[in-house]
Order: sequence, then structure tokens, then C-alpha cells
Amino acid sequence: MSAPTIESPARAAGDAPQRTVKAKAHWRTRLGRDWPLLLMAAPMMLLVWGFWWIPALGNVVAFQDYKPFTGGIFGSRLVGFTHFQLLFADPEFTRALVNTLAITVFQLVFYFPVPIMLALLMHSLASARLRSMLQSVVYLPYFFSWVLVIAIFQQMLGGAGLLSQVLRANGFEGVDWMTDPDTFILLVTSQAIWKEAGFGAIIFLAALAAIDPNQYEAAAVDGAGRWRRLWHITLPGIRPVIVLLLILRLGDALNVGFEQFFLQRSAVGSQASEVFDTFVYYSGIRTGDFDYGAAAGLFKGVVGLVLILAANKAAHLLGERGVYSKS
Amino acid sequence: MSAKVKRAAWEEKPTVAGQAAKGASIVVIALLILFPLYTIALTSLSSAETVNRAGGLVVWPGDGITFEAYEQMFRNPVVLRSLLVSLGITAVGTVISVVVSVLGAYSLSRPGSFGHKTVLFSVLLMFVIFPGLIPVYLWVSAIGLRDSYLAIILPMAVSAFNVVVLRAFFMSIPQELFDSARIDGAGEFRVLWQIVAPLSKAVIAVVTLFYAVAYWNNWFNAFLYLDDTSKWPLALVLRTYVVESAPLPQASGLSSAPPTLAVKMAIVMVAIIPALIMYPFVQKHFKKGVIIGAVKG
Repeated sequence: MSAPTIESPARAAGDAPQRTVKAKAHWRTRLGRDWPLLLMAAPMMLLVWGFWWIPALGNVVAFQDYKPFTGGIFGSRLVGFTHFQLLFADPEFTRALVNTLAITVFQLVFYFPVPIMLALLMHSLASARLRSMLQSVVYLPYFFSWVLVIAIFQQMLGGAGLLSQVLRANGFEGVDWMTDPDTFILLVTSQAIWKEAGFGAIIFLAALAAIDPNQYEAAAVDGAGRWRRLWHITLPGIRPVIVLLLILRLGDALNVGFEQFFLQRSAVGSQASEVFDTFVYYSGIRTGDFDYGAAAGLFKGVVGLVLILAANKAAHLLGERGVYSKS
Repeated sequence: MSAKVKRAAWEEKPTVAGQAAKGASIVVIALLILFPLYTIALTSLSSAETVNRAGGLVVWPGDGITFEAYEQMFRNPVVLRSLLVSLGITAVGTVISVVVSVLGAYSLSRPGSFGHKTVLFSVLLMFVIFPGLIPVYLWVSAIGLRDSYLAIILPMAVSAFNVVVLRAFFMSIPQELFDSARIDGAGEFRVLWQIVAPLSKAVIAVVTLFYAVAYWNNWFNAFLYLDDTSKWPLALVLRTYVVESAPLPQASGLSSAPPTLAVKMAIVMVAIIPALIMYPFVQKHFKKGVIIGAVKG
């Protein structure tokens, strides 16, 4: 869902000023008028602050020699950037970083175009019934958990899976792609495509539907065939959305999904499957070095934020709308 | 494709090769998604002998159907209990989330109101700044939620995405409706309940599906915070039995062996079924573009 997710706040925020009906009254008047709204927001604010922003302050343990039992967050000694220095010298951390970036780049090439092609295929279907049936099918796996997706892949491609079963029955050797570190990057990309490419096509379908049909007609009258129309009308028409999602993906380069890798780490080994988020879990929670894990997590968070801001800036420089703009 | 399809006058007749390629890709895509589900369903409905003879998953339906595996599964107290836990968490969590999000989104749909910006930024910044796994883990443990179902529900109760989708929809409702209701003396709660909510059924349905699916599928919060395995939800049992093929550690010290393939596939089916049941009711809204409408503002 990452794609449509992030576009919205911007637009929503951008809409805000136009809806302000009157000039701002005195705050007391507004409070007297708006207290029911505050009451409505209260439960949400309680949860958002209680389970998002207040825990976010706990990132301070990344700078502490955190002793969970004897010191706690208020009694532990500050150690500055020690954990970060250790982090950059830690080969496992480097490996997590390299794996994460490799998977991001790989998926940018092999995953990213799939929803676009899927949307083009669905959009090109003249029969509304057929299109609607296909949509129902391809959206479905999005609602399965990663546990289910991996269980399903295991049953198909694992050592005891259907593919091996068929190969063995025909006198070949079985395969086990679920435990092979060499092909792991292919495996996780296929899983991501299977689970999410269909749902990812929604936003491109919407962009395709928004292209003015008169443009196609005019081009056709001028003698442009279907491929030229695809190249000169369709693709330029959805270019802003493609650029936007590409930028979002770049801004999100350190995120390749936690559950998918965590669930398969024991099967393929950490060499191939260690990514940022699993590193945080294993170095922090599993071994109890909370301060060290928190430092890794904080590093990821800060770099991620910088990437998002930079990507957005780049979008504006390229003349695209970007994710958000100052309203 | 049917001959009744409407095509604009200027459009070329589709070529045979083009049609064939399209048809083939549709069939391949559909099979890639549906075939695994079919063979898993069939295996879960097969007898132990059929599974043995097939040497794994059952592909051909010739050997008859039996609910043996499901009976076995429901006799397994671990699975039965985890199913009830999942249903409970999903029901309670979804109600909490939808109520909180609809109220919050409504309050956010009124720019210029008191405190609007503070609330808005508290939610919008959730898209770009994350507290991180470790701080949340330490916090949830510190406030005494370990081994409580609240540790699963509360950290995921508000999804900024869902709130923003609801808010965008609420803001698209014509302002005149609000004004006339207010002139008639309706308070905010009444406006929400009698005007906004009935108009927003579709988007609320979609958001409900998103929340329900998130709760049903969640296993990681349970894995982090529930030390007592007898409290585990189905998704976590599924992970242990099916993905890890490990016995489930019991609180009593006993462990129950992982079940047979047919029973495993029955567990997979039970984990899938709620999504399959709810999906048709809500998916028409995707096509109507509820989400996109919201997202594109």
C-alpha cells in the first residue's frame, strides 16, 4: 500500500486552506465552538501519542549504555555516538545494508514495472466483465499475510513442494528454492510480485482512466496506430504517477519489508536474508542489546527521512508534483 | 472476449495475435494466483491416504472429498483456541480502530478548528517518521502490556493511511449539507452520525476491511509481546506449524507435534477464508475508486 499511502497527506494538507470558511476568530471562541471536535480527536490522539510519538522519544537509548534492569531509560549512562561507531565497524551491519540496497535495486528493475504492465493489460481489455474478474483475482493476494504467502510458496517451490513432487515423479531431482541463498533475491521478488503487484496496479489504472479519450481519438484520426498511441498518449499520461511512485520507492530504499525476510531468515540463513529491519530485531531484541539495535533503527529512520525529503525535492526540481508541497 | 464489447469507431479491429497474447497472459496470471489456492484447498479436503499416494499436495480431484483434516484440526486444542483468539482480537480491534479513526478523521475534516493543525501533523508525520522497533518494544513492555492482548491491538489501532482516506472522503462531502444541518441545530456528533456516516458507507467499509485484515494477519506483535503461547493467535500458530514445521511450545511444558500435511493445509485455508468471505463485499468499492478518489483528493 505504500504507494497511494504517502501521496494522500500532501494533497489533503494542500486542500486545507480553501475550506477555511471564515477568518480566524479568537481562540476562546473557537474552543467554545470546536470542543466537540477535540473530544472526537481525543481517542485517536491518545493512541497516536501513546504508541507512536512517546515511544519515539525512547530512541534516546541509542545514545545510552542502556541497562534494562538496573538503569532503565532514565538511569542509564549516556555514551554519545559509541553505538553508531560500532555499527559502522560491524560487518553484519554492512551486510544488512548491502543486502537491503541490492534488493531495492533489484526490485526497482524487476518489480516496479509489473504493476504498470498489469494496469496496461487490464486497461486494454475491452470487456468490462473480463476486466473486473481479472481485477478481483489479482487484488486478492494483497489481503493475505506474509505468513500465508510464504506458506503457499513453500508448498509450491519448497523441498517438499509441488514442483519438486512433480519433478521427482518424472525422474528429475527436486528443487528447494525456499532454502537456496543464491536465488533468494529472485524468490523474494516473485513473492512481492505475487502478493502486491495486483493491488499496486490500482493507482496506475486510475491514472489511465483519467486520460482524456478524445486524445486517443484525435491521434487515431491522425493515423497513429495502437503502439504509437501507447507511446505518445498513454505513457505520457501516466508519467507523473510513475515518477511519483519511483521517487517514493527511492525515498523508501531502506525498507524492503520486515516480515517477509524475518520469516525466511532461518530457512536461507542470514547471509542472504539479513536486511535492515531483521538486523535491528536480531541485534536488539533477540540478543538484548537494546541500545545497539536502537542505534541501527535510528540510523535507518534518519537516513530514510533524509531520502524521502531529498526524493521529494528532486521531484519538484524535475517539475513533478512530488509527495507534498508547502501549502 | 465477447462480441458485445463496445469499441469506439476509430479503434482498429484487434489482431488475432494480439488477442491471443492477451488471452494467454490473462490465463497465466489467473493461474499463478488461483492454482496454488486450488491445490491447497483440495489437499485440505483430501484423506490421509490420498495425500500419501500423491506424495504431497493433491492436484487431481478424483479421489473424493473429506472433511477429515478439518475435524482433526478442530480437535487440536491449540488450533481451536488460536482461532478464537484471532476472531476476538480482530473483532475488538476492528471496532476500536474504526470508531477511533472515523471520529478522528471527522475532526480532521474541519480545517480552521481549534487545535486542527496539531492533530493533523500528529497524524501526517506518521507517514515519514517511525518510532522504530526497539523503542516501541521497550515502551509497550514498560507500561505493563506484556502478555496482554492490548499489546497487539493498541500499537496498531490507528493507521494514518486509513485516517487520511476517511478524512479526504469526508472533506469531499458538500459543505452545504453541514451548514444546513448546523442551522437546524445539529451538533457535531449528530452531523457525523446522521449525515456524514450514511454518506460514507463505502469508504468506511473499505477501511473496516483494511483494519480487519491487518488484525487477522498480525502475528509479529503477538510474537513480541505474548510469552504465553496459549494466547497465540492463528497467524502465529500458522507460522510455527506450517512455515517453521516446528512443534508448538506449550505453557504447560508439553509440546504438540506439528500436524500432517492435510491438516496444515486446513489451517492455511482457515487463515485465508475470512479474507475470502469479506473480500467480495468490499472489492466493488475498489473498482468504484473509493480509495483512489480519496488518494487523489
